[in-house]
Amino acid sequence: MLLSLEPRGQQSRLMLWCSPLLAALLTLGCGSLLFIALGHDPLQTLHTLLIAPISDLYGVSELLVKALPILLCALGLAVAYQARIWNIGAEGQLLFGALAGSALAVNIIDMQSHWALVLILLTGTFAGAAWAGLTAWLRTRFNANEILTSIMLNYIALNLLLFCVHGPLKDPAGYNFPESAMFGDASRLPLLMEDGRVHAGVYFALLALVAVWVLLQKSFVGFQIKVLGLDKRAAGFVGFREKRLIWLALLISGGLAGLAGVCEVTGPIGQLVPQVSPGYGYAAITVAFLGRLNPIGILFSSLLMALLYIGGESAQMTLNLPQAITQLFQGMMLFFLLACDVLILYRPRLKLRWARRTSTTAVTAGAL
Amino acid sequence: MPSPDSTPRLQLRQISKRYPGCLANDAIDLSIAPGEIHALLGENGAGKSTLMKIIYGVTQADAGEMLWQGQRVNIRNPAQARQLGIGMVFQHFSLFETLSVAQNIALAMGATAGTPKQLEPTIADVSRRYGMALEPERLVHSLSIGERQRVEIIRCLMQDIRLLILDEPTSVLTPQEADELFITLRRLAAEGCSILFISHKLAEVRALCHSATVLRGGRVAGHCVPAECSDQQLAQMMVGEAAALIGEYPKVSGGAAYLQVNGLSWHNPDPFGCSLSDISLQVRSGEIVGIAGVAGNGQDELLALLSGEQTLPRDSATSICFAGQAVATLRPDARRQLGLAFVPAERLGHGAVPELSLADNALLTAFQQGLVSNGLIKRGKVETLAQQIIQRFGVKTPDSQSAARSLSGGNLQKFILGREILQQPKLLIAAHPTWGVDVGAAATIHRALIALRDAGAAILVISEDLDELFQISDRLGALCAGRLSPLRNTTDSLLSDVGGWMAGQFNDAPSSATL
Repeated sequence: MLLSLEPRGQQSRLMLWCSPLLAALLTLGCGSLLFIALGHDPLQTLHTLLIAPISDLYGVSELLVKALPILLCALGLAVAYQARIWNIGAEGQLLFGALAGSALAVNIIDMQSHWALVLILLTGTFAGAAWAGLTAWLRTRFNANEILTSIMLNYIALNLLLFCVHGPLKDPAGYNFPESAMFGDASRLPLLMEDGRVHAGVYFALLALVAVWVLLQKSFVGFQIKVLGLDKRAAGFVGFREKRLIWLALLISGGLAGLAGVCEVTGPIGQLVPQVSPGYGYAAITVAFLGRLNPIGILFSSLLMALLYIGGESAQMTLNLPQAITQLFQGMMLFFLLACDVLILYRPRLKLRWARRTSTTAVTAGAL
Repeated sequence: MPSPDSTPRLQLRQISKRYPGCLANDAIDLSIAPGEIHALLGENGAGKSTLMKIIYGVTQADAGEMLWQGQRVNIRNPAQARQLGIGMVFQHFSLFETLSVAQNIALAMGATAGTPKQLEPTIADVSRRYGMALEPERLVHSLSIGERQRVEIIRCLMQDIRLLILDEPTSVLTPQEADELFITLRRLAAEGCSILFISHKLAEVRALCHSATVLRGGRVAGHCVPAECSDQQLAQMMVGEAAALIGEYPKVSGGAAYLQVNGLSWHNPDPFGCSLSDISLQVRSGEIVGIAGVAGNGQDELLALLSGEQTLPRDSATSICFAGQAVATLRPDARRQLGLAFVPAERLGHGAVPELSLADNALLTAFQQGLVSNGLIKRGKVETLAQQIIQRFGVKTPDSQSAARSLSGGNLQKFILGREILQQPKLLIAAHPTWGVDVGAAATIHRALIALRDAGAAILVISEDLDELFQISDRLGALCAGRLSPLRNTTDSLLSDVGGWMAGQFNDAPSSATL
């Protein structure tokens, strides 16, 4: 082997920081190659994809609107992933939160009090938590693998939402379109700026960011979650309650995803539609890992992911690039990050070919 | 004794191997004559295992040369080593429990050696020739540890073997089983097979080995003839300190019983595990009770029940009591509040979380000592505690932020024991406290245990190391097949008595009667 990896023994602090940068560079490099192959000018395409979308205030506000649900979902996932509970169900929890919030909202359209919004947000959050609670129950009661159950619950949530939006929650005055009625003004999240769609959900995201940071970095519960994730036997030996921690991690995870969902319907959308989420819950998985399950890292990676979403849309519109470009970029980024992370624990070393040849001959001579 | 002028079977010249951050082997010279039993002595981290791995081809040396019967070789993998006639018995066996002895051996020898049925006569023949009784058709999970080791050895002997490497082979054996092993090894050596015997038990090295190479810190500290050296001399060569390491501690009788186990029985749901039947014992405040036994005779199960990792149903709550209070239904954290401290057998992955820093690992069990307020961790206090442990127990580490897995076994054990002792427990349960720990660290650990005992704590030590148990415990017993022998004062017990208990030779009288 020409290139070999040697264990470093200790984590390299330098590579911990450089690996995401290296991954970003490799993604840009491979992206450029891809664009050249498609017959586009790589620099111009990258500009359209990554810079043009946020060159004005409206663009920035759109970025925040997109980043918000991803950030909320990813923060929740980080809690679960720290405990090595692989919740893949943020998408379903988000959809179920949106569905439950909408179900309440269309029934209190005429309510004028601010409590309407509070009630709807709480309903959505609890619904998301309950959806994740199903996974927690299956895991703790029957030891069912949470990856499988949470993925399957995603499809159930999606089909429930489709059923409701085509049936019980359909707007009677909506010309038979699969949409609910527009929510009452008291049930909508207030806008933060005159132009743009940034809404008060940003405050929830910031609150969640701080809360998750305190939970994971400062609190003893967060420490227990980490120990459970790293070493189940050690957690058992000091009496940390495994099942309780699994429930907690999944409920937090689902609650934040549910909040993200209900913020979408009460914020930018304003009604329940079949396409509440373009896969925010799945993107959040990538984001949580890109951010190394650290709330601050997740903040940045969710902004990056949101940028890819809007950049993909604008590349679609102005350059006629397929929508799959967004997913390709997401995929490449995660792939390169995971690959570069190897360098945190291992040191690459080039071996000269002649050194190996001589040793081989020595062996054959010795064996004879 | 082998004749000195013949060509050495194996000769190492200036073997060096560097790992990131440490020089594991530094210019090691070693020579083994045909038919010689050669001991490789050294504390943990001295480079014994690295050297063995180089000889067996698991890893390659960075520099130096290896001569096999006078010819230069470069062994690149274990298969090549086996071809040359080098066999190795690892400390941890690699056997399939659900297969028979013959099937296991056939698997290891490859398809060309024949089917298990064809091998059976040869296996029976080899086991008879070397005095190792073994039935080829038995399933491995029904074998004792000693018998499993025989399977590993016979597996090596099935081929034309000229050098047998044994890594701490007696650590899993009763004294009687060890003696049987020595007979086999002597017979093997008499036939001209060289044996490289890795151990840190000085007495058996002296009894068995013709010569010894002592390693210290990756270098050869000296060659000697063990039969002509005292324990003290050998230990000094291994550790390099003149300080008396093999201490004598006064025996005491303790005060009121703190831990009481009354007729504890537990059925193990694991078919390959060990169930406990009718175990009764008392540990008094201010004494150390030692429990001997070959691994797999119920130690893990007893430890889990005592620590609270395995709780019992309500109706048997009184089968374990701390100072009269029934605790068998309580979880580990609740038992810790009642004064329990616990040192599990496995350091990494049980007693400490490998990836977490030492400070976090201090928090792991000491969180009830005022390190958490309002659900938040008091980082300052955790840091102070970690520093205190590191200083008081001489843990060698760059700082308290180093990951637990970066420490050597002995250092980590000092840290774990220190963590438990600084919580001022009323009862300390320690499993294999010095297993795989170097002589220096073991002495530190023993002194700490004795100091804790003298401060009035009740201490229960479960260990496979009989020398250790005789050295530190005030009363002794042994586990065999899930039953506990009566406890007896150490001063009234002989090594052969304990060996008998370990083999299940004790009457069925309830142990409380003999207390």
